[in-house]
Amino acid sequence: MKAWHFSETAYPYLPPASEYESIRVSLPNRHYDPVKGAELWDRYLDEWCIAEDEGLEIMMNEHHQTATCVDPAAPLILAAMARLTKKARLLILGNPIANRRQPVRIAEEMALIDVLSKGRVEAGFVRGVPYELSPANSNPVRTNERHWEALDLIVRAWTNTSGPASFEGQFFHHRNINIWPRPYQAPHPPVWVSTTSPGGATRVGQNGYIQATFLTGFDGTRAVFDSYRKGWRAAGRGNDIPNHRLAYAALVYVAPDEAQARAGAEKLLWYVTANKVSPQFANPPGYVNASAVVQMMRGASHPLSAFKANASVDKAIESGIMFAGTPDQVRAQIARFYDHVGGFGHLLNMGQAGFLEHDETVLGIRTFAREVYPWLKENYPDTAISGFESQRLAVANGAAGWKGPLV
Amino acid sequence: MATRKVSLPGVDLEVFDGGSGAPLVFLHGASGFNAGSPFVDALAARRRLIAPSHPGFGGSSLPEWVEVPPDIAHIHLELLDGLGIDRAQPFDLVGCSLGGWIAAEMAVLIPARIRRLVLVGPVGVKTGPIDTLDIPDIYTLPAAAVDKCLYHEPARWKLDPSTMTDKELEVMVRNRETTALLTWEPWMHNPKLRHRLHRVSAPTLFIRGESDGLVSAEYLARYAALVPGATISTIAAAGHVPHIEQPEAFVRTVFDFLDA
Repeated sequence: MKAWHFSETAYPYLPPASEYESIRVSLPNRHYDPVKGAELWDRYLDEWCIAEDEGLEIMMNEHHQTATCVDPAAPLILAAMARLTKKARLLILGNPIANRRQPVRIAEEMALIDVLSKGRVEAGFVRGVPYELSPANSNPVRTNERHWEALDLIVRAWTNTSGPASFEGQFFHHRNINIWPRPYQAPHPPVWVSTTSPGGATRVGQNGYIQATFLTGFDGTRAVFDSYRKGWRAAGRGNDIPNHRLAYAALVYVAPDEAQARAGAEKLLWYVTANKVSPQFANPPGYVNASAVVQMMRGASHPLSAFKANASVDKAIESGIMFAGTPDQVRAQIARFYDHVGGFGHLLNMGQAGFLEHDETVLGIRTFAREVYPWLKENYPDTAISGFESQRLAVANGAAGWKGPLV
Repeated sequence: MATRKVSLPGVDLEVFDGGSGAPLVFLHGASGFNAGSPFVDALAARRRLIAPSHPGFGGSSLPEWVEVPPDIAHIHLELLDGLGIDRAQPFDLVGCSLGGWIAAEMAVLIPARIRRLVLVGPVGVKTGPIDTLDIPDIYTLPAAAVDKCLYHEPARWKLDPSTMTDKELEVMVRNRETTALLTWEPWMHNPKLRHRLHRVSAPTLFIRGESDGLVSAEYLARYAALVPGATISTIAAAGHVPHIEQPEAFVRTVFDFLDA
């Protein structure tokens, strides 16, 4: 098991939520004080460096036009971390490739940072949340198709070493692809793709990329991982899916003392409760398929929005989107989750959010790194195989007995 | 049944083809074509009314290569060939909103084959300043504000999903999705179209609902000025969809112009 320190690098100093319609897309940036923002950035970079000192890996992401994440250009921060750190793996999760116009440029950025960091880049790619479409002026229809074509082009750009190559796809066109530098790692940095839907995970599994899912809780995560395993097997990648292909992102806060842990966990909930978004930004036409939209019109809601309505640390822990408490408690929570979803190899710790101050964040990082992480590494080695024995046996006995995800 | 499927290479279209008389082609707007709308029978009472659902709307398929309204103009020209509306038989063309844009794209491709052209609250050109949207960005507006742009009497047309079947809702959602695909960027226009509109040779009428919150009177006037000899007519007590809100006045205005 590898653990990664992740912060969305929020800017939390906002007027009361009742005074604005949406924390994303339309909140005027006059509410951003660049001086305070610069101090926050110093802090967030320091916390990643501390995480490295404690033996954790580093993860970052990007969002646009939102106070929840003031990193609109994650490759720049990734490049900074390449020079501020020496040993941690550097995960960007990820590049919103359905919303960026030049996949070859992204291939160049990732290759350059891979060289700067001497091969420490883990290159993640995301379709992006719906409220990213308006800031990018990106068409909400066919984002999946653009995402996969862009990723195909990026991998081709990384691995082409024989001079100019061409690519004429549905969305992207190039006649002379020949990037300098090429990636430090051969054949290219590990590729991660995040999706929270089982449908998307099947395709990630077929490609053998690392699958990450965010805050999908017990059953949602199991469904995503099962679909991944199904895709992996269907593509002929073998019956055994290594744990290190699967990642789960949760809110994580550990402290030696239960009261301290509780207080930190309460502050982490800001990530969920502060996400006030106008409906028109949350579900643009085409982002989810028509039948799912119809179900929403009939009253169905996203699991996270249901959670948001009565957000509490207890509910978050119960649903598996948060691991928080003393080291003993957190080890038990993670073990229970691990067994339920069939195992995974990367824990993406959202270890900072909102008003969780520097000292509190560092306490959470250190306690996790010293009291929980060694136990995770010992009990869930990177060589472990993911999935359920019943599924593996069914496939081994001729595959016919296994019809797909059990959930 | 007046509504049937017409298969063209690579695309299946749902087409209303009813009534008799000289052909009148009607191109629907973003909300799709509803054969039960009162204006439909009124137009079909005097004409052969041909109203295709655009690719991605109603029961029509959406080829992956369709991205912008001019793509649909080409498909509809092929449809008309298939229906026997040939070069020897000029036809009248009426398009509403997004359908007006598609009609304008058809009119610049085959100006001589169109007898008379009616554009109802059409989008499709950019004529205003670089830092001001000609058409409001409906995708950043709350649903109630969009309804206010669309209707003179929003309360009368308020959507009630509980009265609709899943299939009807799915069609509606898919219509919205295809609209976004076609209009997202450049927003609600084809930068080329304004440089081609001088080719329109048919007498042309622009119609606007007086309360239209999407297509302003100024926008419509600038659009009409690009089409040689075009005139403008306004329908009272109607928003962006005068054919829905004021069907009688709409049909009368259309026939007055086509018969003139």
